[in-house]
Amino acid sequence: MPLMKRNGAVCWVPRDSKKQLVIWFGWFIGIMLVFLCWQSISAKTMWVFAADAPEQLRLMLMRMFPPKLEYMDKLWKPLWDTLNIATLGTLLGVIIAVPVASAAALNTTPSKRLVRPLAMVILVSSRSVNSLIWAILLVTIVGPGILAGIIAIALRSIGFVGKLLYEAIEEIDKTQVEAVTATGAAPAQVFSYGIVPQIMPAFAGISLYRWDINIRESTILGYVGAGGIGLNLSSSLSILAWSQVSLILIAVLITVVASEWISARVRSRLI
Amino acid sequence: MLILENLIMKYGSGDLALNGVSLRFDKGEIVALIGPSGAGKSTLIRCVNRLVEPTSGSIDVNGKNIASLKGTELRRARRKIGMIFQEYALVERLTVMENILSGRLGYMGFWKSWFRKFSSGDVAKALNLLERVGLSEHFDKRADALSGGQRQRVGIARALLQEPDLLLVDEPTASLDPKTARQIMRLIKELCSERNLLAVINLHDVGLAKMFSDRIIGLRKGRVVFDDTPDELNDTILTEIYGEEDWSGSADKKKVSAQVREHKHMESMDYALAND
Repeated sequence: MPLMKRNGAVCWVPRDSKKQLVIWFGWFIGIMLVFLCWQSISAKTMWVFAADAPEQLRLMLMRMFPPKLEYMDKLWKPLWDTLNIATLGTLLGVIIAVPVASAAALNTTPSKRLVRPLAMVILVSSRSVNSLIWAILLVTIVGPGILAGIIAIALRSIGFVGKLLYEAIEEIDKTQVEAVTATGAAPAQVFSYGIVPQIMPAFAGISLYRWDINIRESTILGYVGAGGIGLNLSSSLSILAWSQVSLILIAVLITVVASEWISARVRSRLI
Repeated sequence: MLILENLIMKYGSGDLALNGVSLRFDKGEIVALIGPSGAGKSTLIRCVNRLVEPTSGSIDVNGKNIASLKGTELRRARRKIGMIFQEYALVERLTVMENILSGRLGYMGFWKSWFRKFSSGDVAKALNLLERVGLSEHFDKRADALSGGQRQRVGIARALLQEPDLLLVDEPTASLDPKTARQIMRLIKELCSERNLLAVINLHDVGLAKMFSDRIIGLRKGRVVFDDTPDELNDTILTEIYGEEDWSGSADKKKVSAQVREHKHMESMDYALAND
């Protein structure tokens, strides 16, 4: 242990030799793993194909340039759809995430044995499935189109927003809640006066951040038929219309940058 | 008015925070609770409004046993018990007015409180109290924009807006400078005597307790070891409450504290090696 007597003098060491040995062994295993992985990657790569990568990149960029600007006329509608999928999906997800998060947080859950595990299952299963997979499932259930996209985005957002929100609820200052309880307020009033003001900044930040992510995610949902600009991307790629692909990528880039700018502005206002 | 009988509070770890406390308080009394950290002062006053659940014993407020109440009944009882907290416990992101008016939450429905529809009577009372504690011009500021002393005044106004029968005060001056601490104590004393309110006040500072209370109760390890007027509190009793220490403060300070330090040092070293 840290304190020991050596030749009558008391001395202090940060760790004893057993712990030190375990830490060195951990490093050894880690480094060996890196070497093993590198070996396996290298064995499975066809270096002949990788060798002309710069040439291929040059050719692709040449085909992409200049972007076919006339194609933009056909992009406005899917772009608008994409924004709607992201926004409505986030909204729906957040609305469902709030009660789930308060059921999952240790300090607000109605029952630790029954309700909390259930809420946790909802949060984990929502997060463990990618939006694209949700979209594939939903296209088969509700049919192709925007609705499938909205629900897919919402389902994925519940887990993300819910997890971060319940962590925020667990980190609140307990004494403020105590003080509101001490006035004789009912549980719902304690929530709205003692907890809501404390989690508001986190809530706004999390929702905006998710909206931001969802705009990026919704651009590929069209790939599986769930509406939005992804449909154009997939059809342009399949006919090798590289100049259209580049235009789509630019349009997506501009949208994402704009959404980041908006969310940064709104967040700084709210907090 | 407030009668505690054989109050016992045992933590899950088996530690007794309160070990059979029986006390009787009357209307209009200002009572100071003193004792070392961990003596059960906070637990005692938190048991009265059931922020902490007592293990056994009865808490009688105006003839009603608080210890057995549940749900709505408990909330009804709580709104008649005002509480003032150590670190103010204001809702930091709400305004001063919202904080004070939250003292009325027990008297109104959820949707009215959600939309901040407080009755004009409540608002008038809140403004009166705000003037009484000297914060009129700050009513629209957010609580986290106030200084420590100002925050505690908001805390006092919130508790009084409940129109309580008794006031529980938990270390009201612990994070305040000596001058503000005295001002706050004086304010609490004045407001209580205006309303003939019972106040039970936890205090670390024995000087403040002697200065502002009518009665002092000393707690040690969950038991009442002293209960009398401030005049009866002397060094022997302080030693009984807090343990051995030089209370006069005038004797050869350096020598005593050096001895104490040396002793403590040896003890902790032995302890560390014993646990090796």
